[in-house]
Amino acid sequence: MLSKRMALVAGPLGHLTLPGIALALIYGFDVSLGAFPFVILGIILIWLFEMRTKLPMEALTAIVFSAGVAIAFLFLPIEQAETALVGDITELSLKEVIITAIFCLLVFFVIKKIYPQIILINISEDIARAEKINVKKYNFLYLGAIAVIVALGVKMVGGLLTAALVAIPAATARNLSKNLFQFSLSGLLLGMISSFLGIFLFKIMGFPAGPLIILMAAFFFLVSLIFKKI
Amino acid sequence: MAESILKVKNLNVKLENEEIIKGLSFEVKKGDVLTILGPNGAGKTVLLKTLLRLLPYRGEIHWLPEIKIGYVPQRLPFIKDIPMNVREFFELKKASGKEIKEILDSVGFEENFLNKKIGELSSGQFQRILVAWALIRNPDVLLFDEPTTGIDIGGEETIYGLLAKLREERNLTILLVTHDLSVVFKFSDYVICLNKCPICQGIPKEVLTLENLSKLYGEEVKFYEHHRH
Repeated sequence: MLSKRMALVAGPLGHLTLPGIALALIYGFDVSLGAFPFVILGIILIWLFEMRTKLPMEALTAIVFSAGVAIAFLFLPIEQAETALVGDITELSLKEVIITAIFCLLVFFVIKKIYPQIILINISEDIARAEKINVKKYNFLYLGAIAVIVALGVKMVGGLLTAALVAIPAATARNLSKNLFQFSLSGLLLGMISSFLGIFLFKIMGFPAGPLIILMAAFFFLVSLIFKKI
Repeated sequence: MAESILKVKNLNVKLENEEIIKGLSFEVKKGDVLTILGPNGAGKTVLLKTLLRLLPYRGEIHWLPEIKIGYVPQRLPFIKDIPMNVREFFELKKASGKEIKEILDSVGFEENFLNKKIGELSSGQFQRILVAWALIRNPDVLLFDEPTTGIDIGGEETIYGLLAKLREERNLTILLVTHDLSVVFKFSDYVICLNKCPICQGIPKEVLTLENLSKLYGEEVKFYEHHRH
């Protein structure tokens, strides 16, 4: 969606959801519901990590990824591993779809509201603070929005691929855009089109939808490289 | 006598256990141009950020109440990662279309510049955009942090010409950071020489003596007088 930082944060958050998804699959409740407490844990971890250390976010991604996978596989039956890792769209009920849509709209409006402040903070915290923007508050809202998106994303593409669902359409949009308006619009459209085509291919080919969606997104990214101005 | 817009008393800034600024006191009068001169790493940028209350400090900083401050940072390295045009950059500050056009005009850009991508501007153009950005909402004071490198040839000349013009037009008080002596002589009323500790301060002609400059930059300085305006 927005920036490099967001893609970096989505990585550890996505992987952290794996134990939550595992629990949800074993006890048969909503995957996003299982993922959510772990996403909250992830936000606290990221917050501590940024406050206490100067390590790059990639280090956290690596640690959390391996720990998340390890914990999930401690108790998750191997037959259900695929669902946890790459999602299973056939499990979705109409009710779940509606709830997901409501949360998506909510996040959309929150992001729309805080967009100028978040962009300014991404450009430079100094000028944002000189403009009397409460950087902590907006960073918290921003992280919260990412957390909700990740928790919803695991339903569609699983704990392994959610970060890609967040990051790839944004990277493609960046390659194609000359301004912020094009950037946010094309990011949105690319995410939608990739999901739509992925699900369509799943219907006709029968491969799991999650990986197909990510592959479509990756395909558009490759195409965008051709158009990218050097 | 013009009224005092900023009073700083015994300012100390310590970052990660290193003393960056020690025992600095000065005063800025309305309409003045104050230059902070010093070598790289002398604490000039830190001083500006401290005056903006972006960094923790000990001592006293008193701005005139209700004063509006515009800040031109040294550089914004991450801005080129974001696809954004000039108009959108100004809209982040909630500027109206009319205000943006007026300000672009006063820093010498045509209206069609609004659709240029920020990442495609030259360093000199970008610096002028930053000045214009800081001037949105008519600040009383401009804090200008000079980039140490990377301005296109001729760019430095025009930016100080531009600042002089804006000062006249808008009745600005300017605090600027530089390592360039000629800027001080041409452009400023008051100078603070800073190399962690304040070395000297006063009217440039009086305090920028060979002795003080040697203290500021080390012994190697060759002193040459500039044309005095």
